[in-house]
Amino acid sequence: MNLIQVLFYLLAFIALGSAIFVAASKNLVRSIFMFFITLFALAGLYVLCLADFVAITQIVVYVGGILVLILFAFMLSGRESLSALQHQGKSFLSANKIISFILAAIFFVALMEMILKISPENLEWIKKATANNMQISPTANMTDNIGINLMTRYLLPFEVVSILLMMALIGAAHLARKERVE
Amino acid sequence: MISLTDYMVVGAGLFCVGIFIVLSKRNAIQVLIGIELMLNAAILNMIAFGRYDQFNNGGQMFALFAIVLAAATTAVALAIILNVYRRFKTIDPNRVDKLRD
Repeated sequence: MNLIQVLFYLLAFIALGSAIFVAASKNLVRSIFMFFITLFALAGLYVLCLADFVAITQIVVYVGGILVLILFAFMLSGRESLSALQHQGKSFLSANKIISFILAAIFFVALMEMILKISPENLEWIKKATANNMQISPTANMTDNIGINLMTRYLLPFEVVSILLMMALIGAAHLARKERVE
Repeated sequence: MISLTDYMVVGAGLFCVGIFIVLSKRNAIQVLIGIELMLNAAILNMIAFGRYDQFNNGGQMFALFAIVLAAATTAVALAIILNVYRRFKTIDPNRVDKLRD
């Protein structure tokens, strides 16, 4: 068992454990902060997959953007809503949760069955890529390659996603404005 | 080298935790966190498979696009949640069931 495997299992354990804590926690703020840890552990897993640029993007966009946005929206929306959100859902916690737990467990079993049946190491194109030495090597400079690909092969999705991002931001600003009293 | 199966198992676990959160929580912000968790599980799978594509980088590239789309989704969803709270004084998805002006 070498260092990479130890790191992988550690990061996977942290990610799954903090995700389960997010699911189990009753306190909204605490579950948001545990979600930070899940995202950091996932970024570490991306690094182990040799996707360092995506890992940095994950930290910048998710942790720096999305979670701070959630915290802002939650904490700036007033003290009364904060306390109102904390004290709901105490009454029936059993029936709803048990049903959703059973559903999630069934889904997990189905996914595991599928993964073990596919056995992704033996897929056709994975074997071909391994034979042709198409794997990313740990010393490869992937960020250059990603930049060149983004400007050539994936130029259309890049532009479309930028337009969509602008539309989403304008739409969010429009939706979140104060309503005029009529 | 860690096998692809390990990554897929971790992704499946995260996805199912996300499903559990979406189904069981009675607070729209926590439902949003569950959706983000499911998106992250999908991104993990994409990156694990993208390791076998050295020149085209399909997996990593679409993981980047998925992250950007998740950011856009979250901004719009939070705006909608704020509006729903302003109008209904609750963000429990079970109690927001009136389609009215």
